[in-house]
Amino acid sequence: MHSKKPFYILVLLLLITALATTAYRGIEQKVPFFPGEQQQSWSVDAKVHFLATDQAAEVSLSLPADPAFEILVENAISPGYGLNIADNKEGRRAVWSKRSPTGSQDLYYRVTLIPTGIDTVSAEQLPQTPKVPTWPAGEKIAAASLIDKAWSESASNLSYAQQLNKDINQAERSQNVELLLNENSPQELFLRLLHSKGVPAHIVSALQLEDQRRRQQLVSYIEVYHDGQWHLFNPQDGTQGRPANLLLWERSGKSVLDVTGGKNSQVSFSILQETRSAMTTAMELLDNNASQGFSLYQLPLEEQSLFKGILLIPIGVLVVVFLRVIIGLKTSGTFMPVLIALAFIQTTLLTGLIGFTLVVAFGLMIRSYLSQLNLLLISRISAVIIVVIAIIVGFTLLSYKFGLSEGLTITFFPMIILAWTIERMSILWEEEGPKEVFLQGGGSLFVATLAYLAMSADWIQHWVFNFLGIHLFILALVLLMGQYTGYRLLELRRFTPLAGEAR
Amino acid sequence: MLKFSRPAALRMNGVLGMNKRNIDYIGRYNPRKFYKHVDDKLITKQLALENDIAVPALIGVVREQHEINNIPAMVVDETGFVIKPAKGSGGKGILVITDIKDGRFYKPNGQEITADEMYRHTSNVLSGLFSLGGNPDVAIVEGLIQFDPVFDGYSYEGVPDIRLIVYKGFPVMGMLRLSTAASDGKANLHQGAVGVGLDIGTGKGLHAVQFDKPITLHPDTQKKLIDIQVPHWEFLLHTASRAYEISQMGYLGTDMVLDKLRGPLLLELNARPGLAIQIANGRGILPRLHQVDRLGHHTMTADERVTYAKTHFSG
Repeated sequence: MHSKKPFYILVLLLLITALATTAYRGIEQKVPFFPGEQQQSWSVDAKVHFLATDQAAEVSLSLPADPAFEILVENAISPGYGLNIADNKEGRRAVWSKRSPTGSQDLYYRVTLIPTGIDTVSAEQLPQTPKVPTWPAGEKIAAASLIDKAWSESASNLSYAQQLNKDINQAERSQNVELLLNENSPQELFLRLLHSKGVPAHIVSALQLEDQRRRQQLVSYIEVYHDGQWHLFNPQDGTQGRPANLLLWERSGKSVLDVTGGKNSQVSFSILQETRSAMTTAMELLDNNASQGFSLYQLPLEEQSLFKGILLIPIGVLVVVFLRVIIGLKTSGTFMPVLIALAFIQTTLLTGLIGFTLVVAFGLMIRSYLSQLNLLLISRISAVIIVVIAIIVGFTLLSYKFGLSEGLTITFFPMIILAWTIERMSILWEEEGPKEVFLQGGGSLFVATLAYLAMSADWIQHWVFNFLGIHLFILALVLLMGQYTGYRLLELRRFTPLAGEAR
Repeated sequence: MLKFSRPAALRMNGVLGMNKRNIDYIGRYNPRKFYKHVDDKLITKQLALENDIAVPALIGVVREQHEINNIPAMVVDETGFVIKPAKGSGGKGILVITDIKDGRFYKPNGQEITADEMYRHTSNVLSGLFSLGGNPDVAIVEGLIQFDPVFDGYSYEGVPDIRLIVYKGFPVMGMLRLSTAASDGKANLHQGAVGVGLDIGTGKGLHAVQFDKPITLHPDTQKKLIDIQVPHWEFLLHTASRAYEISQMGYLGTDMVLDKLRGPLLLELNARPGLAIQIANGRGILPRLHQVDRLGHHTMTADERVTYAKTHFSG
């Protein structure tokens, strides 16, 4: 007896590949595991307004760069302006330019963002040690004392920043802090105090995302470097850490908006929260990075819908294998029920069952006449095929006349399969009587119904089309079942007389 | 109403299931290239004749549609005949004519069948309607078996046949199949024929079953089934054992009938014998298959195998 090891290794490989591709698709490519999954997205409009001064204008707006959000779609609306999106190490900027604008100018930048769930900002490279600021004479002593106190009471960049943040925002501030705040904003002070000890820190401009807000402004936070990550501080109110739904818009320490050739420039934001299907999002993300794409969605729509049907067949086949090998049901024509179930998907179950029964019953009646004609098998089958087509045409016309739109779907039945079913049933009727016909016909319809129920489930349709790895899983299952030498469920019933005490 | 037994109970009694039969016995011991020995009844017949095994008389073979009209001429001297597909499966497509009067044909139940109906049936056979895989086939016209009156009262309208499972040349289990009113004169268990398990040692009835359920009396004749003693038992075992050599199939079902004049005849061989024989015997077949396996490589002749089977698989 030859070893089954290679077989099990093959099955194991199939299972691992299936699992890996499915995980990749679900986690890396963000294809949702369940159909109809919803996801929040934010739609942010930045509106740049300025007054042109009748000379060439150049407007440079920084664009959001935040690991917590992924940009799904972005576009800039700016009639008459040339647009250039620059991406350099200082971050991404949109640059609009126009030779001779006049009057009030409005430029729009719109972006749709998806939360990624990442809430830490890691530093891509070690930041440079900042220049130690020089304090004005009046502040020098106060600053030095504050720095010394905080430095001695802390152990790291992070705890130093925390200590400073606390000092600046104490309910009863020390005189030193009061003095320093006279001349500095809390942010400036915080930043300078940090830089004084060589702690890397910079100002970031962020947008608080709230649904249906208009004319929002960016707010400033301070990012402090500690241990490979940037930590967010808000010295205005002494808080630390990232508030929910905060979008970091500008992190390089540059200005958010630069306008040359204009005056009274300002940028304001309006925000809209949207609920969109996670599937659509995943598809758009895949479109954005088409290079890693390996997806049926790249096919033309017609082929896609074709594959949506074809990829259901493995499920139907799996159901049939299971029912035959594990349960022990008999069907007339091995995979005939799968094809019938495919037709049911088009017709819906009830219409399908009624339609199938009607066509087969009519076919059997006409076939019983044909059997008197003493025809050769091949021409009899051909005749039955033509008759089946005639029946289908007749039913479709009739149901159209009576306004039964369900009847029109009857055309989805595979006619050759129907003809063979009729032929087999007819022989069965002659040989074994009507009882066997109902038994086998009913059995086939039962299997077809089960296959239909499996194939029409939303999540199964979603999985077979979006997670191609699942087919390897089915293949592994079918192979495993092909090795099953145990009893079939119905055999447990059939062999009941043999289950007694051993003789 | 639905009663299921525990798999462990069946396993303990050595019951062979369909999946195990297909994978571990048919798949392993019946080589594909020898299937034609058993699937084509014409080849089986020729092999049997070459090896001096008696088979039902061959009246003729219909290979082409135009030869169908020759059938009445072929059977002109016969009292009855059988038309069957050479590659039929599950007893399908067998037409039995037990009486010919004035050029009219009658089935075992007395019903007349017109020549046209008979031609159509033969035409279906040729088209492959009854054959495995639907391939074109030939029709065999065989002489009617004059069945031995020894089974009178045990069978209703049909020919009782003796099924033996031959594993690697050892007859391991036997069963007598009796037709009933329910089976319409056919000897197929799934159609309602009665199966009577037979003692390999003696050919005596052990246990009887219809529709997979144990019975004691024949449903139509009310005769006690386990009183049956199959005659020519030794000869039947020998024939079955030799069928292994001519067919080269390790897991084989042999179907034989007893003819009043000619004695036991080999009707057909089956590469996929059913499992109901276990119910008819009231026991699983696996212990006997394992016992044969334990013999390992051996050089026993057919006679020695029969002797071995009779001593080990009796009772």
